[in-house]
Amino acid sequence: MPDPTPPPNASPPAPPPDVAWSVVEREPQFRELVAAKRRFIVPATVFFIVYYFALPVLVGYYPEMMDRSVFRNVNLAYLFALSQFFMAWAVMWLYVRRARHFDALEHTVVQRHAGRAS
Amino acid sequence: MNVALVMFIGFILVTLGITGWAARRTKTASEFYSAGRSITGFQNGWAVAGDYMSAASFLGIAGLIAFYGYDGFMYSVGWLVAYLTVLLLVAEPLRNTGRFTMADVLAMRFRQPTVRTVAAISTLTVSLFYMIAQMVGAGSIVSLLIPQIGFTTAIVMVGLLMLVYVIFGGMLATTWVQIVKAVLLMSGTILLSILVMAKFGFSFTEFFGAVAKVTGKYCEVGTLKDGACPGGAAPITRDFTQPGLYYHGRWGALSLMSLGVALIFGTAGLPHILVRFYTVKDSKAARTSVVWAMILIGSFYIMTTFLGFGAATLVGKQNIGVMKDGVLVPNQNLAAPLLAEKLGGEVFLSFVAAIAFATILAVVAGLTIASSSAFAHDIWFSVVKRGQKHDEREQVRVARIAATGIGILSIILAISLRTLNVAFLVGLAFAVAASANVPAILLTLYWRRFTTQGMVTGMVVGLLASVILIVLSPAVMGIDAPAAATRHLIQAQPLFPLDNPAIVSAPLGFLAAIVGSLMSGKQQDPELYSELNVRASTGLGAV
Repeated sequence: MPDPTPPPNASPPAPPPDVAWSVVEREPQFRELVAAKRRFIVPATVFFIVYYFALPVLVGYYPEMMDRSVFRNVNLAYLFALSQFFMAWAVMWLYVRRARHFDALEHTVVQRHAGRAS
Repeated sequence: MNVALVMFIGFILVTLGITGWAARRTKTASEFYSAGRSITGFQNGWAVAGDYMSAASFLGIAGLIAFYGYDGFMYSVGWLVAYLTVLLLVAEPLRNTGRFTMADVLAMRFRQPTVRTVAAISTLTVSLFYMIAQMVGAGSIVSLLIPQIGFTTAIVMVGLLMLVYVIFGGMLATTWVQIVKAVLLMSGTILLSILVMAKFGFSFTEFFGAVAKVTGKYCEVGTLKDGACPGGAAPITRDFTQPGLYYHGRWGALSLMSLGVALIFGTAGLPHILVRFYTVKDSKAARTSVVWAMILIGSFYIMTTFLGFGAATLVGKQNIGVMKDGVLVPNQNLAAPLLAEKLGGEVFLSFVAAIAFATILAVVAGLTIASSSAFAHDIWFSVVKRGQKHDEREQVRVARIAATGIGILSIILAISLRTLNVAFLVGLAFAVAASANVPAILLTLYWRRFTTQGMVTGMVVGLLASVILIVLSPAVMGIDAPAAATRHLIQAQPLFPLDNPAIVSAPLGFLAAIVGSLMSGKQQDPELYSELNVRASTGLGAV
């Protein structure tokens, strides 16, 4: 085992930054950031949970209906399960696209306080 | 000489080389726990995928699909969609507020040692159960594929190797071992899928036509025995594209949903996945990691249909198992290896066996590092030593000792649990994560009125509910035919009907956390939530 000697420039844990957190929380820039995130994340989460749980509910309670053939031997059950993968990737893509906007909003908040918080 | 053995040794040499390189770069606590935050988002995406695609996915899912058709695919779906919970709700705020462990986030709002202790116990429970399941799997697979290595030897070998990676190379070595393994696993799976589809002239219609000719039988009530149902009822026949071969009867649909709850919410509470987000430099890199992980994990799980259905059509489920005294004993874990043998002969079989071995080794190393940081960082330094000043050397030394202890404990437990059906351990890990960890993490991040009392109540209730319900479920309780090997720990009718308790225990965990918070007399200092809220959303003051 190599001897774990700390390098000379090892930084000590950062001291609690001198920021009045509840003041930042009330600033319009911060509120806009949180609201923007919420506007995307809440509906996206509700959507993916409903879309996902539709699968076990339909397959579990209505197996005959889900067995309906869509395309030769490929049935609705398999296609719906497969569609979950594309649903997940689509939500992911939308989130990443939207997150650029969050990053810009975040940047304005951080710029105001960076000096004090780092 | 056995080809598989040569490939194993090759993999071991490569990973030891990585460990030697990483050891020279692992000195401080931050380097040991989180690779000095030097991993890029893309690399970490591969590592997250590697940590997640365990032997249970590679061998287990292929086996479930090969034996039960469509229903086995349900696991694959849940395992990918689960990452939306991680992406949308957990990864970025976690990276913004924590340093080394899951408990860091909780401790930011709730500074009592109690919170760290409870969170660390939950982390250790989840990781240890997960680890034992992987190691028992390692023992049986390695000893089957390379008869020269016995069950106990295989477990001890896996245990010692993972300890070398973790103790000497810390998170840096563990991450790179994970990446190498993920690349191997993806290439093996792609190759197998192509070979399967080549057998059907790359025609999906032909492939599904063959799958629809494979059938299975089950009974509406009771279990199928010698082709007949209890009470003389006629068995129901379904082909492999139809749902119902695994989840059927009175509790089938509910079991399927309970599994869904465990997978969708449990993933966001798996400590060894969460600590991965500390290895990158900021929350944007954490987001990139989830994106790459989702691309890899999704492609992998879609391909599990080719492996599973391929094994069902080309090998045939009646041929998947080991010959013992002239009788074939079915073994689901062998579906993928036997498919490889059928398509590519012994060399390809050995390649797949080596991938399975690499997979187990890497996942177990990831689990060990997550649990040793929970012990060293949360219990030892924050609770036992009360957060007093300590040097980095001591911090790393304690983490290494903890890793050794956890490693030895899991080797011993895995050897003593060798004959049992260990699938319930993975189910338990996901259920505990969904019922104890996830309510605590989500409410800490998003609920202003959450209190210390609420968190402790929620975690304890979630942990106990999931453990107790699993013990009463068909995973642990059941009556085995006298001739068969004992697969159930308790020989009695199960008291709880579902395989996985999450649909009951996760809401209970949330409810207990909320009720506990509303009932606590002492309100929290509002500044603490403001701090967490601002830091989680902006990354101000992130380490």
